[in-house]
Amino acid sequence: MARELWEGNATIAEAAVRAGLEAFFGYPITPQSEILEHLSHRLPELGRVFLQTESEVASINMVYGAACAGARVMTSSSSPGISLMQEGFSYIACSEVPAVIINVMRGGPGLGNVAPSQGDYFQAVKMAGHGDFHPIVLAPGNLQEAADLTVLAFDLAEKYRTIGMVLADGSLGQMMEPVEMPPMRPVRPPYERPSWALTGAEGRPPNIITSLYLVEEVLEKVNLRLQAKLRQIAANEVRWKEYSTEDAELLLVAFGTVGRVCQTVVREARRAGIRAGLLRPITVWPFPSARIAQLAEQVRGVLVVEMNAGQMLEDVRLAVEGRRPVRFYGRFGGIIPLPDEIMPELEKLDAETR
Amino acid sequence: MQEEIIVSGFGGQGTLFAGQVLAYAAMDAGYHVTWIPSYGPEMRGGKARCTVIISDEEIGSPLIRRPSAAIVMNIPSMEAFEPAVRSGGVLVVNSSLIPQRSERDDIRVLYVPGTELATEMGNVRIANMICLGALVQALGVLPLRTLEEALENHLAERHRKWLPLNKEALQKGAEFAR
Repeated sequence: MARELWEGNATIAEAAVRAGLEAFFGYPITPQSEILEHLSHRLPELGRVFLQTESEVASINMVYGAACAGARVMTSSSSPGISLMQEGFSYIACSEVPAVIINVMRGGPGLGNVAPSQGDYFQAVKMAGHGDFHPIVLAPGNLQEAADLTVLAFDLAEKYRTIGMVLADGSLGQMMEPVEMPPMRPVRPPYERPSWALTGAEGRPPNIITSLYLVEEVLEKVNLRLQAKLRQIAANEVRWKEYSTEDAELLLVAFGTVGRVCQTVVREARRAGIRAGLLRPITVWPFPSARIAQLAEQVRGVLVVEMNAGQMLEDVRLAVEGRRPVRFYGRFGGIIPLPDEIMPELEKLDAETR
Repeated sequence: MQEEIIVSGFGGQGTLFAGQVLAYAAMDAGYHVTWIPSYGPEMRGGKARCTVIISDEEIGSPLIRRPSAAIVMNIPSMEAFEPAVRSGGVLVVNSSLIPQRSERDDIRVLYVPGTELATEMGNVRIANMICLGALVQALGVLPLRTLEEALENHLAERHRKWLPLNKEALQKGAEFAR
């Protein structure tokens, strides 16, 4: 299949179509409105459902409903819109139905601005809604990954009957890169709906999908089952990429857009005689803790770089468990840190750990 | 090899499109490429700028502080990027709208009266292609022909009637760099 130049938001939208997306419910917000723009003509053209809702709350509840019916569904938004959807995430997670959520993060808190940010890391991986659950959170660093991880989000969501979230940011949404689109999968026919789906109980006992369990012992059992599932996901689905870590003495950890900025930092550091390596988490939940712990044994120090005040930093520190110094550099407000401001931080860490 | 090119002007001058044509040409030539716009609550007449990175290895940072080349289409862009171009780099100045000259002697500066030439050629909107022609000729990373092919391969159907004029504009600009 040939590479074509795609814009980030359209990449995610088209990849979802090819993954067999049957219905999309969403509400526009910059910097991800092009996802809706693309799907608004693409889905009807294929005889599938595109619906611009009256609000993000409506979007997520329509996603919940369509997911209960066994349809392959998705919504997308950017930071403030994602906050509005959180109640729905929790219901979906407890009801154990699959859904894909796209968050193209923008500057916050509040209405913030429309520039790229990673300020929603905590929200995505720690507290996507009330109660004990985690979505599977995939963080692309380029547009080929944005396409591939969107498809993976559907597969994992269905495999584990949970939320697959793609955590991108405004710059990934707006940029263009060559992408090889995944092949077009056929939409699942109605008779192949999952056995748990609400498809009309003709000839079988009714299925019940709920997130309401009034008896304490019953709800505890549900929680124990959910926790067992989360452990299984954590054991099977951790993904990351490494750059020049074989002989690294200093380790950078960064995800998404900053992850790729740090690829440049590693190259420049090596040219300057500093043996730096990079670990770029692809899944930020589950987090590549075991591999980071292993690398912490090898290196002198760790530098975490993010477009926030230090959120993934906490997960890195938990993984490193004090074995090595873990330092942080971050920018906010929609600013992407560039290699020439990260390099001095790396040099400082180098000097500090010699 | 890595070239980092900024195309900057005001909305309506076709800076984003010029960058896209460059990106298409680089992709078709087998390079890694990223195109990233400055975006925000913009309007016609507001700033419009993109960064194109062309590389023979996987591209890390999609943004750069000091480009290896720049096309500046209006005065604010000249003020922002004339000092930023890296030593040894190329600066294409749309001299129709930018009266000032660069004082730098460590970069190659091409003064191209893009807006005037475009008007003479019958459409002011192809000033972007004239400036792009000059840049690509001066950079030497991609043959000018690859840009013409990129237009042929990727220009939307409804714009195809403009193909000959765009090609002519690329050639016209290239003359300034020969």
